[in-house]
Amino acid sequence: MRDVAVIGVGLTKFGELWDKSFRQLISEAGAKAILDSGIEGKDIDAMYVGSMSSGRFVGQEHIGALVADTSGFSFMHIPATRVEGACASGGLAFREGYFSIASGMNDIVVVGGIEKMNDVGGSSATETLATAADQEWEAFFGVTFPGLYAMIALRHMHEYGTTKEQLAQVAVKNHKNGALNPYAQYQKEITIEQAMNSTMVAYPLGLMDCSPVTDGAASVVLCAAEKARQYCQKPIKIIGSGQGSDTLALHSRRDICTLDATVHAANMAYKQAKINPKDIDLAEVHDCFTIAEICAIEDLGFVKKGEGGKAVENKITTLDGTMPVNTSGGLKSKGHPVGATGVAQIVEIVTQLRGEAGRRQVKDARIGLTHNVGGSGATCVVHLLEAV
Amino acid sequence: MDSNVARFWRQIPQRYNLIGNQCGSCNKIFFPPRESCPYCRRKSMEKMHPYQLKGKGEVITYTIIHVGPKDFEEQVPYPIAIIRMDEGPQITGQIVDCDYHKVEIGMRVETTFRRIQEDGYTGAIYYGYKFKPCSVD
Repeated sequence: MRDVAVIGVGLTKFGELWDKSFRQLISEAGAKAILDSGIEGKDIDAMYVGSMSSGRFVGQEHIGALVADTSGFSFMHIPATRVEGACASGGLAFREGYFSIASGMNDIVVVGGIEKMNDVGGSSATETLATAADQEWEAFFGVTFPGLYAMIALRHMHEYGTTKEQLAQVAVKNHKNGALNPYAQYQKEITIEQAMNSTMVAYPLGLMDCSPVTDGAASVVLCAAEKARQYCQKPIKIIGSGQGSDTLALHSRRDICTLDATVHAANMAYKQAKINPKDIDLAEVHDCFTIAEICAIEDLGFVKKGEGGKAVENKITTLDGTMPVNTSGGLKSKGHPVGATGVAQIVEIVTQLRGEAGRRQVKDARIGLTHNVGGSGATCVVHLLEAV
Repeated sequence: MDSNVARFWRQIPQRYNLIGNQCGSCNKIFFPPRESCPYCRRKSMEKMHPYQLKGKGEVITYTIIHVGPKDFEEQVPYPIAIIRMDEGPQITGQIVDCDYHKVEIGMRVETTFRRIQEDGYTGAIYYGYKFKPCSVD
């Protein structure tokens, strides 16, 4: 297997982008990544794009070809493939791109992630997101996505004494980071009172415990590591890649409070990279809800199971903490265009490892982790990146 | 949900009568029924037998839905829980016949046959199980 590096990154602004279409967003992110990488169109061997539900959000399937077409590559007939794994679609597309170069089949690959969620109304967006849950045995009975994570949260509180205030501290921290990110949907700090007293969505989770509905796209260019320096001054090497699955329905899991798919994916990535969690300098984790970040830092092995709430309270995960988490603002503040999220996490880690994160730069960052989850934890993908 | 009635009809044994299945190899019970046992896999082939749950169990976690899906908007706020059935499987369902403030982890509940949702004014009405506090245990 060959080593692979990220040599270019591109991101659109995240938010309610009423004047931008699905096609414009993915083309913009892709063009930025390609320009950033120094490659030309003729160098691209393949494209992978992650999208959860373009069919329901914009009524368009078959977007592998569409993305190649709209990006100007239709007459070059570049192989273009869409990858889907609910909110983990972007992370999975990245992993497929990585495989295709590591295998020796391709040298240069462009990976994209996109979701255009605001072309449908709020309740339609909620229903589409719920298709990531078990339609027949969860959603049929009236449970929503926030409802599933709310049940994880309540069980976590019951077993480990996690508090609503600790959940709120995740939101406050991520908004503080997001305020420093010019691409974030909400570049605004919030107070602990605002987070604690927001409108109830699914007890115990309020609106400020939930990531928003977002339009946005992200893209990266991957290259065989041995050729990376032909194009790029600061290639960032992929040193580990892991993926795991679990039961689609939350109720069938071994433990309601543990995402075993995360544990599996993380162990796979750590083993490949020959590192352990304490070697990691920063992480972008899947905080679709505040409780998800607490579970993530436990399941990734940063803290022991049950100690995630305390870790947040003790400010371990803040920008100047010992393990900065979600320096981009996370899904909560940066926004969560579901198919784009996994790729956008890679963009943030690469930006940090290059030392180009400006006011939110983590000092001397060398190894970063990304953690992207589909559904309530049925799919998880973890990547480890290193500055070389 | 707008789909063919057959999609619901296929699940009547489960939704009306809690018919799960049992692995003939390790005796574990599943609900909804599985095509094969995830613990025994090939040893369970052709050995998955129907098994009716008694309908009693314990709340292991719950939530109160304040912002509901379109078909449930008129019911908010309503409690939904994951229930560990006495036979082992865990099931998601609404808790009814109980003030939602009184729902708690550890509470004993039993299934009750109710209307779940409907396809608009003239469409099919879907029935199935919800849970209520146990009368006698």
